[in-house]
Amino acid sequence: MSASEQDVVVRLTGITKSFLGVPVLRGVDLELRAGEVHALMGENGAGKSTLLKVLAGVHRPDSGRIEVNGEEVVFGTPREAQQAGIAIIHQEFNLLEHRSVAENVHLGREPVRRGRVDRRRMEEDTRKLLDWLGEDGIDPAAPISRLSVAQKQVVEIVKALSTDAKVLAMDEPTAALADQEVELLYDLVDRLRKRGIAILYVSHRMREVFDLSGRITVLKDGAFVTCAPTTEMTSDQLVRHMVGRSLDALYPDRATDEDLGEVRLALRGAGNQRVREVTFELRSGEIVGIAGLQGSGRSAIARAIWGVEPFTTGTLELDGVARRITDPRAAVRLGIGFVTEDRKSEGLALRQSIRDNALLVRRAALPGSAGRKRSDLAALLKSVTVVARGEHQEVRYLSGGNQQKVVLAKWLAVGPRVLVVDEPTRGIDVGAKQAVHRLLRDLARQGVAVLMISSELPELIGMSDRILVVHEGAIAGELPAGASEEAVMGLATGHGIGEVA
Amino acid sequence: MSVVQQKSEVARGAGRGGARRFSLTPTPTVTVYLALAVLLVVGSVLVGIQGGVLLDQGGILNILTRSTVLGLVAVGQTIVIINGSLDLSVAYLVGLCSLVAAETMAGSDGMMVPGVLLALGVAAVVGLVNGLVVTVLKVNAFIATLGVALILRGYLEENYTGPAGSVPRAFQHLGFDRVGPVPIGVLLMLAIAGAAWWYLRRTRGGYHMYAVGGDIDVARLSGVRTGRTIVTAHVLCAVAAGLAGVFLAGRLGSGAPYVGTDAGYDLESIAAVVLGGTALAGGRGGVVGTIGGVLILSTLDTIFDDLAVDPFFKDVVRGVVLIVAVALYARRQLSRRSG
Repeated sequence: MSASEQDVVVRLTGITKSFLGVPVLRGVDLELRAGEVHALMGENGAGKSTLLKVLAGVHRPDSGRIEVNGEEVVFGTPREAQQAGIAIIHQEFNLLEHRSVAENVHLGREPVRRGRVDRRRMEEDTRKLLDWLGEDGIDPAAPISRLSVAQKQVVEIVKALSTDAKVLAMDEPTAALADQEVELLYDLVDRLRKRGIAILYVSHRMREVFDLSGRITVLKDGAFVTCAPTTEMTSDQLVRHMVGRSLDALYPDRATDEDLGEVRLALRGAGNQRVREVTFELRSGEIVGIAGLQGSGRSAIARAIWGVEPFTTGTLELDGVARRITDPRAAVRLGIGFVTEDRKSEGLALRQSIRDNALLVRRAALPGSAGRKRSDLAALLKSVTVVARGEHQEVRYLSGGNQQKVVLAKWLAVGPRVLVVDEPTRGIDVGAKQAVHRLLRDLARQGVAVLMISSELPELIGMSDRILVVHEGAIAGELPAGASEEAVMGLATGHGIGEVA
Repeated sequence: MSVVQQKSEVARGAGRGGARRFSLTPTPTVTVYLALAVLLVVGSVLVGIQGGVLLDQGGILNILTRSTVLGLVAVGQTIVIINGSLDLSVAYLVGLCSLVAAETMAGSDGMMVPGVLLALGVAAVVGLVNGLVVTVLKVNAFIATLGVALILRGYLEENYTGPAGSVPRAFQHLGFDRVGPVPIGVLLMLAIAGAAWWYLRRTRGGYHMYAVGGDIDVARLSGVRTGRTIVTAHVLCAVAAGLAGVFLAGRLGSGAPYVGTDAGYDLESIAAVVLGGTALAGGRGGVVGTIGGVLILSTLDTIFDDLAVDPFFKDVVRGVVLIVAVALYARRQLSRRSG
């Protein structure tokens, strides 16, 4: 360790931080070296994001030292951290949708010549950085709203680099990316590392951490647990460090033959603008996974079932009765629940209480007395194991995992017969993930038909009783429980030939 | 190998709402000027049927003159609205500044410059208060500027019952003189609009205003001093309103406490800004559109005057135009989001 002492770019020692008297960080140490990918792991609420914000100058630590290149610094604002060469890519995109790539990259530091912003230089610099990264498909003058999610990620990275960053901290950079896009991010991270940039990588996905990082620092409940080279750690050990216990069986048992009931939802030749000829049956008691690349139409199927963008051809049968669902309200009244992909913008009213969110659907869509009946809210929240100060806390203050549990509670409150879940565990920690998995399986056992979409293949394979693979708007094939990742990817990319199990 | 080249395949299908539609919908700014052109044609025909002429020199002058004061106020309003803020105090501020200018000048030629400067200074202070209440006290801009408006109203009602002060004859020229065919007031308004356009589109401060209005958290995390940006916007807006007040003092020959509120410049200016395609939520739009919006409103007024229609009908049409315009912009955004 002493050999690389001179390469240490940033060292945090004994960082503490409390919010309203609640300690969030208690004496955290962290050391980043030039040219290393350093993973920061911990459950949600372990203090990773807060530590990142301390490093970014968003929060000022209550005590502790921050050293950059051996000199102690104090960051009062994000700007000062930027000037010290520290750039953060936050979990949510920090881009202005209606401004151009170049304008976003230089936001806050626009080059000025003779009193006016030098647009040409801005675009020039942006192009150079894109070239340096080996990205030439992005036009610096294009507005952000035209870019794909993956391209936005590249712009975020370019924006961070344009500050001459020596340290790049990435908070859940893959949360919004599909599997094959993640591979491309790996590539990018590797190129950055080779150019001598220290990368702090925060992610919940074990595989990424083991693939990418050189060292791992683990936090638990705001305290430093360990820091070790990745090669000296197994995933079991890592999980034990993170949750303080080992995770026994990773996924709950699959449905047995007795669990399966009659067909709840059947689609026959259903299609709309995005998807075509979708035919499948969903039985009560089973979890059917939908796999596919981002944009393949897997979410479109879910949205069509739920009436957001309804099917225009074919038939949809619920419990054997053909139905036309043209808006979400109708779907809810027919007993279909939908956990949306985007928790924050579509799943929750962030500024409202846990209580209001959990009862939202029941109050809004169920007729008369059912909507107003005295609630069993406490039992409901307990069943999804939400950890919060109370049912009146605003949901925006909850961690991602707890927010997702509130979304699930919202649907459990109306007792759906079909539950469609889109990316149910995106951006939530291992412990919460397991809770969500168990919850979904319990629901299935109680007779709910669950349709699950996930970009995370191990999860999809681990949870599903059957897997439907979508490719370019049509179902490319069906795979049995426990299919291999290769088989799924083969169908999803259009290389494999579907076989019906 | 470029990450993005591979991804473009993914991107193609990634839009949520079906096949990507690359629509040729014009931007709001273009729409506004197209609407203005249509309005001028339709207006000319209608006025022509009644035996009048809409677009002779007098008519054009009439439209431009009507646009002057509203234009000044609306340009300022555009700046705050781009920041995602709002200023409801401008109407009273116009009145206050006309009084400050007229009373300071008190008919003497030598006091013209101090009068103008003092009026603009008062406006700047009011803008500063607006900005600080919004940023430091974190009061919603609607409430903050409404509060300041009420304070100004209280002051005006307590101290004035009618016109006060007088401006020297020389200063009245500002209100009536022309350079060639064009009134000085119109040139002043266009100059201010040009300056505001330059500031918003070409300077760092302007870029930051769009950023703050677009997403204040993004702006802050990118190192923009958001508070300072919003305060600057409010000061600029108030100074523009102050200038409108000074100009009105020149036109009327004295200060008039309710000259701003009688014309409803607070809501009227917001209407012009929105009509011009600036998003009320901030971050998008600009001065060019606003001037188009102002011209549409004043053209409507001129046409109605020529046709001698009943004032009630006039307001109905204005209301309908505003709602239709905003609905059109909203549609456009929806189709873009899903495309």
